[in-house]
Amino acid sequence: MIYLDNSATTQPYPEVLESFQNASTQFFANPSSIHQLGGRTETLLTRAREQAAELLGVNKREIVFTSGGTEGNNLAIKGIALEHQNRGKHIITSQTEHPSVYEACQSLEKLGFKVTYLPVNEEGIVSLTELQKSIRKDTILISIMHVNNELGTIQPIEEIGEIAKEHPKLFFHVDYVQGLGKISLNFKKYGIDLCTMSGHKIHGLKGTGILYVGEGVTLHPLLHGGGQEEFYRSGTENLAGAVSLVKALRMSMENMKMNIDKITDLNNHLRQELGEIKGVIINTPLNGAPHLMNISVLGLKPEVIIHSLGEEHIFISTKSACSSKNNVESRVLTACGFSSERATTALRISMSYQTTEDDINTFLNIFKKIVNQLKLIME
Amino acid sequence: MMKYDHILIRYGELALKGRNQRTFINQLQNNIRHQLMDFPEVQVKKTQGRMFILLNGEDPEPIIEKCRRIFGIHSLSLAVKVDNELEIINETVLKTLLDHPSGTTFKVEVRRANKEFPIQSQEMNQKLGAHLLKNSTGYTVDVHDPDVIIKVEIRVEATYITSSVIEGAGGLPVKTAGKTLLMLSGGIDSPVAGYLAMKRGVEIEAVHFHSPPYTSERAKQKVIDLAKELMTFGHQVKIHIVPFTELQQAIFKEIPEAYAMTVMRRMMMRISEAICEKEGILSITIGESLGQVASQTMESMNAINEVTNYPILRPLVAMDKSEIINISKDIGTYDISIRPYEDCCTVFVPKSPKTRPRRDKVNQFEAKMDYKQLLGTAVEESKLIKVNDHKNEEDAFKDLL
Repeated sequence: MIYLDNSATTQPYPEVLESFQNASTQFFANPSSIHQLGGRTETLLTRAREQAAELLGVNKREIVFTSGGTEGNNLAIKGIALEHQNRGKHIITSQTEHPSVYEACQSLEKLGFKVTYLPVNEEGIVSLTELQKSIRKDTILISIMHVNNELGTIQPIEEIGEIAKEHPKLFFHVDYVQGLGKISLNFKKYGIDLCTMSGHKIHGLKGTGILYVGEGVTLHPLLHGGGQEEFYRSGTENLAGAVSLVKALRMSMENMKMNIDKITDLNNHLRQELGEIKGVIINTPLNGAPHLMNISVLGLKPEVIIHSLGEEHIFISTKSACSSKNNVESRVLTACGFSSERATTALRISMSYQTTEDDINTFLNIFKKIVNQLKLIME
Repeated sequence: MMKYDHILIRYGELALKGRNQRTFINQLQNNIRHQLMDFPEVQVKKTQGRMFILLNGEDPEPIIEKCRRIFGIHSLSLAVKVDNELEIINETVLKTLLDHPSGTTFKVEVRRANKEFPIQSQEMNQKLGAHLLKNSTGYTVDVHDPDVIIKVEIRVEATYITSSVIEGAGGLPVKTAGKTLLMLSGGIDSPVAGYLAMKRGVEIEAVHFHSPPYTSERAKQKVIDLAKELMTFGHQVKIHIVPFTELQQAIFKEIPEAYAMTVMRRMMMRISEAICEKEGILSITIGESLGQVASQTMESMNAINEVTNYPILRPLVAMDKSEIINISKDIGTYDISIRPYEDCCTVFVPKSPKTRPRRDKVNQFEAKMDYKQLLGTAVEESKLIKVNDHKNEEDAFKDLL
């Protein structure tokens, strides 16, 4: 099997599963219980929080364990909106955000909030001048993703942070789900107030995540109850989840240090080889994320290619939510100004640090063969 | 971005320390090395009158964060070391300036410690200033109130170029002023008292009175976590955990309620003195602030202090509660201190403790009580916990994270 759909989800590291199982077996008590086992469990949760904070270069009080990216984005956006609506009801985001940001903003519009969806250029990058111009007196939040999940575009977070810093009254949220473990981000230095991370994109388990909530930032919780996670997220802590997530985070960061050059080389190799195939257009900009490559194969339905590759046990994906009857354009690719044909024929190849050169070469060979065969049939 | 390769360490007060100066500086160097153990590439070097951290490729920010908690460092700056050549200095100074895009005015300060260098400092100032103005846009010189000050130090071995100055923790290096025994209850005050003692170069060992089942393992864990926080300012902290249940029960059975707390405090003081004697520690530090609670009135201090002639350090004695809370928030102990577990001071609180206890009365009550043996047992059976390092997790947790 060659798995090249790591932006959808990753295979958990065996060590992560082991950690989850051991933590669940030995420390199953409720961290809020006052008995000794509860105490030990609470200590372990504290250790996990400390280690996460250390790895991310933040304070342990700024770590909120969540159930993943969707919850993190919803908590950040709705949490800020509800908590600070007296100060203003305007939010700025972009047209290419993940649905958990985009739809959360749309839902707030129904509650009377005003949302500016910044346009992007053909590389998928938001314009800083547009951003500057969009900031109003009643703007309370800027939410911009770091690495785009479809295209791999990297937004200029540092520069956006500089702009946000000039307006100390508004908050800056970053959806860091795709960038974590691939490109490091200095939350404090870039003026980031809230940052969403997910476990299962970094070889952790589904249902685990972290929302960074910077010191001094207050949120209205989505979940009320026992007041866990500094009152931001009630509900008995998923201790084994948090522990295994921190393990995955540590391992991913170690991997990033050791293997970032390797994965970057593979990405360049992919770009070069795919670019030479007739009818293939590379959508991912040149200085995009190292693990992701988005292409369009004009004239061929993406799901046909995916199924043909699947027959050979190679798994890639399409992000333009297709059904066999209707071709739905990718919102992200359309926002980049791509033609309808290009936006409906996109494929995404996403690697992990475990991807080898052999994997990529095998994929390329079979991919070329399939594209040629399908073209013959179509013609 | 400018690639910094050094952190320059300045030590204010130490420079005044006369004949002891060398001891102080060596200790500071050791302390910095100790705190930076997690960064194996980093080296800490001394040259005449200065200390440098050679980054060797490590990211400077987490290192600066650690250094800001090390006592004895007056201030620090990120620095670049270059050869003593005008062209290279020109180029680096320019990069340093461009690294401050938010500033619009600058000033260059040249110090020429190396008199062999052919260009005098004044002339060098002008040359560098001219180079900066020619090769940048939007910057002007302002010698009185510049946004960016670029310091250029031409020394024999090399030239050091620094820009912003980061404030350090001040004080004296921990371990240059002997050792004290800190009475660590778990509340807000005692860790702050420990921190302030450490700031004057004192090394601390802690004593904690544990009264199971009235106080829980979590109360003990709280004290360990506090010690860990304090450790980030110094070295390993040892905690003497004293089993206090039997003595405490005896006190509250035999001493009139109003005086029970005074006697309890005297017992704690006796035990602490015994530990000091055993460990060769010369003083006791407590987090008392005058008038804060019943045990901290002048009369109480007088009655409690009677049982020891060891020096008692009370760094908080003249502070308001709000000042103490602010420090505890700054040093990261506040959130631990407010965890709501009972400690030895909160379990047996009498309804109306005596705010003006008298020595004669206390002695009279104590005389009727046979506490010597209980006291001895408490000291003998106290357990020592070595709080090493954040990294040193309990074995059971190690593989999990």
